[in-house]
Amino acid sequence: MIAVKHLGKRYGEVIAIDDVSFTVDKGEVLAFLGPNGAGKTTTMRILTCFMPATSGTALISGYDIFEDPMEIKRRIGYLPETPPLYPEMTVTEYLSFVAKIKGLSKSDQTTGLALSLEKTGLGDVSNRLIGNLSKGYRQRVGLAQALIHNPDVLILDEPTVGLDPRQIIEIRELIKGLAGEHTIILSTHILPEATAVSQKVVIINRGRIVAVDSQEQLSSHVRKSEKIALRLRRGGAETPQKLNAIEGVLRVTPQSVSGDSESSYLVESNLGEDIREQLSKTVVESGWGLLEMKPLVLSLEEVFLQLTTEEQGVAEATPENKTQLAQ
Amino acid sequence: MKNTFTLIEKELRLYFISPIAYVVAMVFLAVSDFLFYNQIQYFSGLSLRMMQFQNHLPELNIHDAVFRPTLFNMSIILLLIMPLLTMRLFAEEKKEHTNELLMTSPITITQIVFGKFIAALTVYSLLLLLSLHVPLMLSVAVEISWKPLFASYLGLFLMGAVFLAMGLFASALTENQIIAAVISFGILIGLWMVGASAHTAGETTLGQVANYLSMSGHLDQFVKGLISSRSLVYFISMTALGLFLTHRVVESQRWK
Ligand SMILES: Nc1ncnc2c1ncn2[C@@H]1O[C@H](COP(=O)(O)OP(=O)(O)OP(=O)(O)O)[C@@H](O)[C@H]1O
Ligand SMILES: [Mg+2]
Repeated sequence: MIAVKHLGKRYGEVIAIDDVSFTVDKGEVLAFLGPNGAGKTTTMRILTCFMPATSGTALISGYDIFEDPMEIKRRIGYLPETPPLYPEMTVTEYLSFVAKIKGLSKSDQTTGLALSLEKTGLGDVSNRLIGNLSKGYRQRVGLAQALIHNPDVLILDEPTVGLDPRQIIEIRELIKGLAGEHTIILSTHILPEATAVSQKVVIINRGRIVAVDSQEQLSSHVRKSEKIALRLRRGGAETPQKLNAIEGVLRVTPQSVSGDSESSYLVESNLGEDIREQLSKTVVESGWGLLEMKPLVLSLEEVFLQLTTEEQGVAEATPENKTQLAQ
Repeated sequence: MKNTFTLIEKELRLYFISPIAYVVAMVFLAVSDFLFYNQIQYFSGLSLRMMQFQNHLPELNIHDAVFRPTLFNMSIILLLIMPLLTMRLFAEEKKEHTNELLMTSPITITQIVFGKFIAALTVYSLLLLLSLHVPLMLSVAVEISWKPLFASYLGLFLMGAVFLAMGLFASALTENQIIAAVISFGILIGLWMVGASAHTAGETTLGQVANYLSMSGHLDQFVKGLISSRSLVYFISMTALGLFLTHRVVESQRWK
């Protein structure tokens, strides 16, 4: 459905994205995950034919972004980072205008309008001025705008940013409901969001793809603890126990090492807690002969450190107790 | 064609929602009525004196005595207020990010540019039509020569088209409406003033070029009642130039 081939984009000297390639199958949801400035928006703007790539190309529904931009524009619904709204118009006026410029026939305009209002839950505010709507509702109007022509492909740039936890869950449920019928690419810098809504996650950092993963594999990469590798000259049988006694240490795993006189341990502690000072103090006081102590960071983890790995409030506001919150 | 019409309709809707078009219309009509009133006062005073002096109605032509100076002065008012009609058109789309909607929809940049231009031209034509109430009212009392009046209004219409095309270009350059208005003042005043430099340059080639580029000279032809093809070509090609530049700017911004 979507095949992105070696896309590159430079803004003068700045390389925004470099050699980005991935594919999305029909009906699939792909999350584009990356920290700020990773190149998510840039990639999406290229796919929607808003701006041309510097190198590479992409095929959407078999059409090339350079050769058939009009065909692609007809088949894509796009929610930019900032919803493109005319605050002076009412919701209905605005959506009717969008339906017309998307090239819908008169009857399709009416059905498209009714359907997109229904799917995004905008029925009650359809005659209100967009400028008077709350941020969450404006985001929904943005989504309704992307859906109105029933496009094959939906491209959503940070669709839940700036919403409160309850609205975030609603929008995610909506997106999940749209999958299957539509092929969806959405961007986010929140890890749980990527795993919550999509089958496939593409992780991008500084313009390059770092990993393409399924949901299950991805969660195994997520670090749940700080890891420190420790190498000692004279470790003994009591060493793991003593290390475990240090405050904040979760687990101590002895590692097998070559050489008989050295011993090596993997010390895990609570995320975000620095135990190195205590650790070295204990080692020195016990006279084990500290050879090496270094924090372990996997290459993927470096990116994860910059991603939001927890969400305030969203976990509690699950759909089951959503009604409670609303009261 | 259908797309252009949709875009015209949207722009007109936004014109009539926002207060700017109304304020511009009010200022324009108030000032032009005042100019007419002044000139009519002057004209009737003149006629009265001539009647006393010669004991019969003078051979004074109302077009030359009232309409010509008034309409010419009106063009200067237009020079000052027209940028207010165009400043929003592209700047606001960029600021509100709605250009991302337009540029990712199956419509062309040409359609977008024409949609905006024709909508602005429609609003401007309404302004001109409204200002016709003075000649219509006068026609009850005085014999009016409609032909030169028609030529004058045609001149004002064509000159306005140039103003709007240049204003559209200025609006495409920035996201800030005020900056867009200031840039289009600059362009319009520049086009107006080359006539003055033509006087200083005299009959040199430079002087002739400056003379041809000067808007005031061409408008004067129309206001005199002459529809010259030279001036017609001038106004139409300046409008086309403005629209072409607008298209180039909007297109080039995709590449940034
Ligand atoms: N118009 C521009 N001119 C110059 N550099 C730009 C421009 N737009 C983006 N960039 C740069 O390109 C890189 C990628 O930006 P992009 O907006 O695609 O990131 P992003 O992943 O969407 O980030 P965010 O999560 O903050 O939205 C950044 O380094 C950014 O500074
Ligand atoms: Mg972005």
